[in-house]
Amino acid sequence: MNWSDFALTPEQISAIELSLRVGLAATFCSLPFAVLVAYALARWNFPGKMLFDAFVHLPLVLPPVVTGLVLLLTFGRKAPVGAFLADHFGIVFAFRWTGAALASAVMGFPLMVRAIRLSLEAVDPRLERAASSLGAPPPAVFLLVTLPLAAPGLIAGAVLGFAKALGEFGATITFVSNIPGETRTIPAAIYTLTQTPGGDMGALSLSVIAAGLAIGALVASELLARRMRPRRKVSS
Amino acid sequence: MIEVDVALSRGDFDLNVSFASSAGVTALFGPSGSGKSTLIDLIAGLARADRGRIVVGGRVLADSEKGIFLSTRKRRVGLVFQDAMLFPHLNVRQNLRFGAFFAPRGARRLPMSEVVDKLGIGALMDRRPIDLSGGERQRVGVARALLAAPDILLMDEPFASLDVARRRKAMGLVEMTRDLFGIPIVLVSHQIEEVMRLAGQVVMIERGKIKEVGAPEAIFASARPENPSERFGVGSSLTCTASDFDARYGLTRLHHPSGEIFAAGSVATPGAATRIYVKAVDVALARKPPLETSIRTVLRGKIIRVAGGEGPLALALLELAGGEQLYASLTRMAADELQLAPGVEAFALVKAVALDEREMAAG
Repeated sequence: MNWSDFALTPEQISAIELSLRVGLAATFCSLPFAVLVAYALARWNFPGKMLFDAFVHLPLVLPPVVTGLVLLLTFGRKAPVGAFLADHFGIVFAFRWTGAALASAVMGFPLMVRAIRLSLEAVDPRLERAASSLGAPPPAVFLLVTLPLAAPGLIAGAVLGFAKALGEFGATITFVSNIPGETRTIPAAIYTLTQTPGGDMGALSLSVIAAGLAIGALVASELLARRMRPRRKVSS
Repeated sequence: MIEVDVALSRGDFDLNVSFASSAGVTALFGPSGSGKSTLIDLIAGLARADRGRIVVGGRVLADSEKGIFLSTRKRRVGLVFQDAMLFPHLNVRQNLRFGAFFAPRGARRLPMSEVVDKLGIGALMDRRPIDLSGGERQRVGVARALLAAPDILLMDEPFASLDVARRRKAMGLVEMTRDLFGIPIVLVSHQIEEVMRLAGQVVMIERGKIKEVGAPEAIFASARPENPSERFGVGSSLTCTASDFDARYGLTRLHHPSGEIFAAGSVATPGAATRIYVKAVDVALARKPPLETSIRTVLRGKIIRVAGGEGPLALALLELAGGEQLYASLTRMAADELQLAPGVEAFALVKAVALDEREMAAG
């Protein structure tokens, strides 16, 4: 064994690049929805709330393959929603990287919602009442008071979602298969390498990179959260 | 002017309150759980009454018969909370701007510089709420509420989290707000001293019902004299003139038509009118001017009545020289042995140490 075994092949580099793209797209596109759902669960009471809560958590408990299959049957080329989106908006998920992003977003969604919901619930509702008593309309209260105060949870949720997206395998491979350069993310590439004779070293180096990315995201989120937390100034 | 007539039922708690007040400070006074804070929530629009009508300064905020219910943000009520509720992620300046920014366009707005100046928070503008003391936070909270151009300020036990010395300063803040900005205030409190000093009108609430409405002197003077065992809430307020400060002993001599009152510390500038609050349990009675006693404050008066009954305690009401009234709590045995009866001349002995110089008010 020598160090050149660890050098990345173009296929591996493309898998890393693809994973980052999928992860970022999945995180940023699902974040607004996650905030909305978390807010609804944290602050509103409505009939069927328990059912809704359970539905949001489904991807967490279902076998990922099942989630992938449901996505395939909903967003596939011939499936009702997939065909509608393709015909009217030109958005295609099936066997594209966008589909991988969708699968990752769905799988990471419950994790994001949980983290954001916790931080929203921790915001003192009296601060929101103070804001409305000062004349602020509800959207302003949400954007200027609730959201900034829940920001650490938002970051934590986004990082969790991102890390989950980097690691997503089952739903992705079921929904959009394992196409090099299009849907072969890091986990799919690792899986492919382990099925190839002599691919172990390549699989190992990709695994190290996957771990590095996840840890990097966690550290970055911690640093961000620390900067946002109001701290007492140390006076000398 | 504020008019409230509301009824609300929540589980086994019933609130049924109706009053009107045009005082600068209206105090909602009563034990905890009596419904004071619920009433504040109703006025602020944070809770909805089952039935009723709330009018502030001629604006109808809620009227169940006409189906009117304004949301909190449209009510123009300034809320001052116990712990100020400043936005922790914004500094003082941004907190104040938040109040000013959403103030209704047509309202009578106070210039930010004037409010900041009068409340003395200019040096705090760039600090975060977490870097402020309790008293500073309270001042910023009042400033923020004022800048939103409210028709009324609602203060829910604003002093509860402060210690006694800071509380005195905070009371000064409420007085200042009342006098300088001319915005009516509804104050929730369960401290007699606070209410005596600040309020023009007291709404006394117990178990969701109004017990009494009136001027603080009248309300607290007539506080259950028929039941002498409830002696701790009874007291009287006397208006004196500060005469001089004895630097050697650190005492302020206050002049009252019925005698000299000594208070610890320099409590008022000479010549200033000062109101003191004397608790009935801090007053002893004598038939003759006592000769050798540690008590310096001896006030001359006549017994108006003595409430006794069958219990061990009695409550005597005196008319002091000059016309003001003073309650004294004593045992029924003492009342009998001194033969205290209406018309009898008596001397009231007040311990100077029992007067709380931290809560004395000019005015």
